[in-house]
Amino acid sequence: MSTTTLTAPKEQSCTLLASGHTACTGCGEALAAKLVLGAAGSDIIVTDATGCLEVFTTRFPQSSWEVPFIHSLFENSAAVASGVEVALKALGRQNEAKVIAQGGDGGTADIGLQALSGMLERGHDILYVCYDNEAYMNTGVQRSGLTPFDCMTTTSPCGELSWGNKHNKKDMPSIAAAHGIPYVATASVAFPKDIENKVKKALSITGPKYMQIHSPCPLGWRSNPQLTIKVAKLAVQTGLYPIFEMENGKVTKVRKVTTPKTPVEEYLKIQGRFAHLFKSPKGKEEIQKIQEIADRNVEKYGLA
Amino acid sequence: MRLDLGAIAKAGTSKANQTGSWRNYKPIFHQVKCIGCGLCKIYCPEGCVTMIEKKKYTVDYTYCKGCGICAEECSSSDIEMIVEEK
Ligand SMILES: Cc1ncc(C[n+]2csc(CCOP(=O)(O)OP(=O)(O)O)c2C)c(N)n1
Ligand code: SF4
Ligand code: SF4
Ligand code: SF4
Ligand SMILES: [Mg+2]
Repeated sequence: MSTTTLTAPKEQSCTLLASGHTACTGCGEALAAKLVLGAAGSDIIVTDATGCLEVFTTRFPQSSWEVPFIHSLFENSAAVASGVEVALKALGRQNEAKVIAQGGDGGTADIGLQALSGMLERGHDILYVCYDNEAYMNTGVQRSGLTPFDCMTTTSPCGELSWGNKHNKKDMPSIAAAHGIPYVATASVAFPKDIENKVKKALSITGPKYMQIHSPCPLGWRSNPQLTIKVAKLAVQTGLYPIFEMENGKVTKVRKVTTPKTPVEEYLKIQGRFAHLFKSPKGKEEIQKIQEIADRNVEKYGLA
Repeated sequence: MRLDLGAIAKAGTSKANQTGSWRNYKPIFHQVKCIGCGLCKIYCPEGCVTMIEKKKYTVDYTYCKGCGICAEECSSSDIEMIVEEK
């Protein structure tokens, strides 16, 4: 049998996502992927769905990946990773590399949901990471199942008859957990140490794991690139993006929100995708609805 | 360019893209008040900040896109963004 090394040389482990990628200035997704790889180390094989991360890291014939990387389609990252995991087992080489599947929120919660569900159901030993920038960014900011309520995107425009996205953000972590998998976690680029701990913990657990990382997109969120971390932090501090771990279906750990509570306005007002809510008195009622979403999260996960 | 079925790219070859040319603002690492927290390095989306010694960090302008995250998050306001002159 061939003895090709499966993974990257050790000395490169500090920058497994090479510079020269073409993500927009201040991209949260680029930062999230850098942090995931840094935590996982070089003994990994990664897959990725079509989307910004895939596009800005693989401007053919170049690649930013310093680890084995496979891209196939928009909808099948979890299926490709399942094949990689099974192949490693068939070759008796499963101890040589961990498998990480990746996708954007659209690639994960919408078009790739079936492939992900199959991966979770079949019990593959894979960590699935969803980079949640809350819309289909790579094709020009269309709404996805993870776009938040009242958010303006190109397919949920705001105007006289619309406040933006009519639907609530899909509870993807609970959908993943409902498959009876051992580990589900949410995280945010604002808290890199937390990402590191969760990736390491997930990779130490055998079986399917799901992790969802809130990753601001300055282009789609119409936010200042310099404020990427500030924006991400406010999402967590207001309770709009609850940070938690679920082990075997039970919430075992949460990140508390600030006390006294930070009003959601603080988060909304620094992003152009919510600017319409501040332009008329009626917008106040909409902001109140968003505050109630945050309050329900605080209640549901015990974040106070 | 020929594209075979299953296009293969070599690891880390994106380093050929000198994305520093995108920059409008430039971070200046003063290396005076630095407390060595490492946040600039951790938060940089380009992975282009490095530690020279414990309280001395520097940036590789070949790739720095000038997002300003390092300056915004620096624990000791030791990084300044200036307009890039070309
Ligand atoms: C089957 C299929 N439908 C549509 C597309 C076009 N497409 C490519 S990337 C993308 C959006 C990706 O959105 P998301 O998964 O959220 O990742 P992001 O770009 O936001 O990181 C779309 C619609 C495609 N490549 N394949
Ligand atoms: S569109 Fe958004 S997610 Fe895509 S590269 Fe730009 S900042 Fe990153
Ligand atoms: S300005 Fe942005 S790209 Fe440049 S070093 Fe700072 S964080 Fe990195
Ligand atoms: S963020 Fe500021 S204080 Fe911290 S290491 Fe960088 S330059 Fe030094
Ligand atoms: Mg997206």
